[in-house]
Formats: sequence, C-alpha cells, structure tokens
Amino acid sequence: MSSTSGGELLEVDDLHTFYGNIEALKGVSLRVSEGEVVTLIGANGAGKSTTLRSVSGLTPPRTGTIRFRGRDISVTPPQEIVRLGISHAPEGRHVFPRMTVIDNLMLGAFLRRDGGIEADLERVFKLFPRLEERRKQKGGTMSGGEQQMLAIGRALMANPDLLLLDEPSMGLAPILVERIYETIAEINRQGTTILLVEQNANFALEISTRGYVLETGQVALSDAAHALRENDDVKKAYLGI
Amino acid sequence: MSAGDGNLGAGGQNRMARIRERYGVLRRRGDAIWARRYARLAIVLVAAAAVILFPYLFQPGSTFLFDLVEAVAFVVMALGLNVVVGFAGLLDLGYVAFFAIGAYTIGWFGSGFFAYVNHTKGIHILTSGLASTLPGIHINLTAGRQGITPIDPGQLPGLNPFDPLNLRPWYWVALGMVAIVLLVNVRLRDSRLGRAWVALREDEVAAASMGVPLVKTKLMAYATGAAFGGMSGAFIASYLNTVNADQFAFSFSIFVLAMVILGGLGSIWGVVLGAIVLSFINTWLIPSVIPNLSSKIGIKVDLTSLSYGIFGFLLVIMMVLRPQGLLPERRRKLEFVEHVGTGPTDMSAERV
Repeated sequence: MSSTSGGELLEVDDLHTFYGNIEALKGVSLRVSEGEVVTLIGANGAGKSTTLRSVSGLTPPRTGTIRFRGRDISVTPPQEIVRLGISHAPEGRHVFPRMTVIDNLMLGAFLRRDGGIEADLERVFKLFPRLEERRKQKGGTMSGGEQQMLAIGRALMANPDLLLLDEPSMGLAPILVERIYETIAEINRQGTTILLVEQNANFALEISTRGYVLETGQVALSDAAHALRENDDVKKAYLGI
Repeated sequence: MSAGDGNLGAGGQNRMARIRERYGVLRRRGDAIWARRYARLAIVLVAAAAVILFPYLFQPGSTFLFDLVEAVAFVVMALGLNVVVGFAGLLDLGYVAFFAIGAYTIGWFGSGFFAYVNHTKGIHILTSGLASTLPGIHINLTAGRQGITPIDPGQLPGLNPFDPLNLRPWYWVALGMVAIVLLVNVRLRDSRLGRAWVALREDEVAAASMGVPLVKTKLMAYATGAAFGGMSGAFIASYLNTVNADQFAFSFSIFVLAMVILGGLGSIWGVVLGAIVLSFINTWLIPSVIPNLSSKIGIKVDLTSLSYGIFGFLLVIMMVLRPQGLLPERRRKLEFVEHVGTGPTDMSAERV
C-alpha cells in the first residue's frame, strides 16, 4: 500500500471531472477515514453528485486521483469498484421499477459469490422492516420513502466498506427524512463508512463526523460537522437558519 | 467460494430460487405443486408430438409446407433478436448482417464455390464464372446478385433425402433448431446474465452502480442474438438453395423486429407466435389469399409490392391497441398496461 496518510479509507486529490466540455469538478480533494460519516453539502450544480459518481466510476474523472485503501481507482470500471467495496446509491433512487423488492435487493449482490448474502438480506430487512413487508411488491409501485429504503438496502447488499449515498432525503416528508437518517446512523454504527451528499444539510450534519462544503466544483470549506453547524455562513446558506 | 458458483452458473440460479422461495416470492404460482408439474409436462409432450407429426397432414412437397419451413426458420431468427431487443432492451437494426454471415458461410463451404480457387493463372479467392478464368487477382465474397447456387443440402442420418420434393426433413431440422433456441432462451432469461439484462433494460444507471458490467452484458446479448441469426441464415440459404446479395436488405431487419414487437418484446412464446403470424402474412396471406379473394368478387388486388407498408400499418395498429404484444411478457405488461415505472413517478411523486 502506498498510503502515506495512515488510516484513510478514501483519498481524493485534485479531481477534475467533465460532462462533455463542462467542467463539473475543478480540483476537488477530500478524505474519508474508516468508520466516519462524511457529508458533502452545497447548492445545485456544486458538484456533489459528480464527486460521488467519480468515486464510483460512473463518471470517471479526467484528471486527479482517487485512492481507496491506498489503491488508485481513478480509471477503474464501476463493476471493479463495487467489487473492491464501494457501493453507490445514486441520486433519484433508481429502483428497478418492474422488479420485486427481493429481486431489486438481490441485484445489489450481483457480483457476490460468498455465502453471506442471505445474512445481509436479513440485515437489510432488520434495518428496513417495511421492505420485508413489501418484498413481493414491484419497486415502481412503492412510495418515495419506500423506494429510498430500497435504494439504500440494495446498495448495502453489495456488503460495502464505503457506502455512497446521494440525497437520501430527496422528495421525502420530514418525518421520513428523520427515520431514514436514523437508519443511516445505524448502518454506520454497524461498521460501514459513509460518504453522503445532501442539500438538506441539517439532518446530514447531525449524524456526520465531518463535512465539506462544495461551491461551483470546488471545496469551499471543510470542518468537523458540529463546527459546520455553528458556522454562520453555512447556517445562512445551507441550513436555512 | 463454492465450486458451483461459475460466472453465469447454476449456483446463482439456485441461490435466487432459494431466496425467492424462502421469502415466499415465486416466479410462477404453483411451481412447487407436483400435480401441476406433471400436467404441464404432459401438455408439453402432446404439443411436441403434434408439432413433430404436423407435416404428415400435408403433401411432402406442398406450398404450405414450404412456407411453414420458412416460418419455423424465422422463429429461430426472431428468438435470437428477442434476446437483444426483448431481454436486454437494445435496438438492433443490423440484425440482417448476422443472417447474411450465416447464409454466406453455408454458401462458401456448402457449394462448389471453393472449387474455383486458384483455378487458372493468378490469384482467385472465391470467384466464380468468368472471373475465375481471367488472369490477375480476383476476390469475390458474395458473388453479387447472381449469388451462390446451388448449395448442397444437409446429410443427416435418418432424415434424408433433403430435396425440394420432400420438405419434411427440412421441417424437422428447423424444428430441432427452434427447440435448441427455445431452451437457450428460457435458460438465459432465468440466469444471472438474464437478470443483468433485465436490470440494464429497467435502469441502466442503477445496473451500472450495482456492478453490472455494461459493455460486456450488452455484447453478450448482441453475440447471442447474432449466433441465432447466423444459424437461421445458414439454414435458409441451404433451404432456398441460394444465397445472393438481394436477400439481405435493411427491410429484412425491420421484418424480424416487427415479429418480435408483434408477439411481445421479451416474451418467448409471443415471439414464436409473432414470427409465425408475420411469416405467413408475408408468404401466404398477401401473395395468395388476398388476390384470390379479390378476384372472386371481380376486383384485382395485388398487395405484394405493398407488403412492408402493410407490416408498418400492422405495427401502428398494435401500438395503439395492444402495445404489449400478442402474448406479453410480465414486465412489459406492467409497463404498458398497468403503467408501473412509467411517467414522472420515480423522482417527484410523494405517496407515503
């Protein structure tokens, strides 16, 4: 391992990612350590989702490096990245609408050959009892909250060391947001490191250890989560206080 | 890692079946009930016997049997395209190319075409006729519109003779191909690769982020479809005793695509039906039934040159009345009839 920074699980350095000619990330660098919950906050178009998509290989960066456990994964295809232990629940839930909940979840374990799949299925059902109730239902017929649970559960079925969650609260009623975040905190307590993107920064920072504020493709600020919640600029811009 | 867990192997399938069963989610209701299984087996055996004995109802050299053999060969082709279009949800308008490759392969190796190689001075690769007697370099892979003919018929023990006066052996060979292709289709649909195709079709972003390798999975679909197309092409070239450039028009790809859409995208039995129906509309209804009927009432109507217009019209009618196809696949039915997962539900709808 070439990692020099000790216990860093994910090291992102000077990332430049493009959509065609549009430079969405202009040199993003960040760190995620084992066991952390790290939140990226920022306005629309700040590059939060693009950062996640770069890490998971869906939109590979043009320049810059991404290291996972010290290993360079900047040009690794998504299926290899999933195999290495990074699982991504993309923005907008993206459940398979005409597959049952079970089949959706099992696709999360698509690359796995180990014997732990059934135990993980039970774990997901324990985290989201609603999914077990709805196991025969088609993904597309469920409510937004249930679909979000399914998207997170499906990402967990890959048994990741690092879970990337993109706006888990999008379009959900406040009561559901709270419940989803309780579960995310529980997933973290069970040992999964989480990198989170959220516009709805209040809940996210509450369960996070650290946070990064992205502005127009760059990191504008990074600090411990509680410090960000006290920061006046952050309060005004992102916490609606 | 257990021994049975090959990449596309049975391990994954058993796992899937076990998990589905454990949580009470079965593919088809009653799958586990033995009486129903036996009943189904009996139906399959009776149907198979009926299909095998069917040509004895007709003269061995009759026109109907001729059209039937062609229809059965089209079933093979349509089932191949169904893997690409129906299972994986990809569009393939160049399918005829694989049909052509199969046809030319049998043309090259199953005819006297090679006999002309190095016939006289100069280099002659696969030339025929005048070109093979001229000095210089001549390369001709397709023999143009003149085509490669005759092509040797098959030689199979117990089925001979393959000749234009006895079409039954051709029929049985075509039927055997359908049996193979059907088996492969069913097994693929229920395999790990089959689930990857469905995932790809349902949501490509989600499939990619779950680790489904997009390029490989799509290529597998194209390759499988191409193999069946080639198989069918080789058979039809041998059956028609000729392969020439005119057989492989773009419209032919559309014709096969129309079979898949008419029957029901992704639905194996629907596609079988669609192929037979369209094939007979093409070889029987338009060229013989319609002219005969119309001449009986004193008008002369010949729609042969309009056949593609008629297929197009049929597709439009289908899209309006029954977009899911004649025998729809489950997920297409959900999509077209019950509108699951269509429209603006995924992102914005808030139903708690």
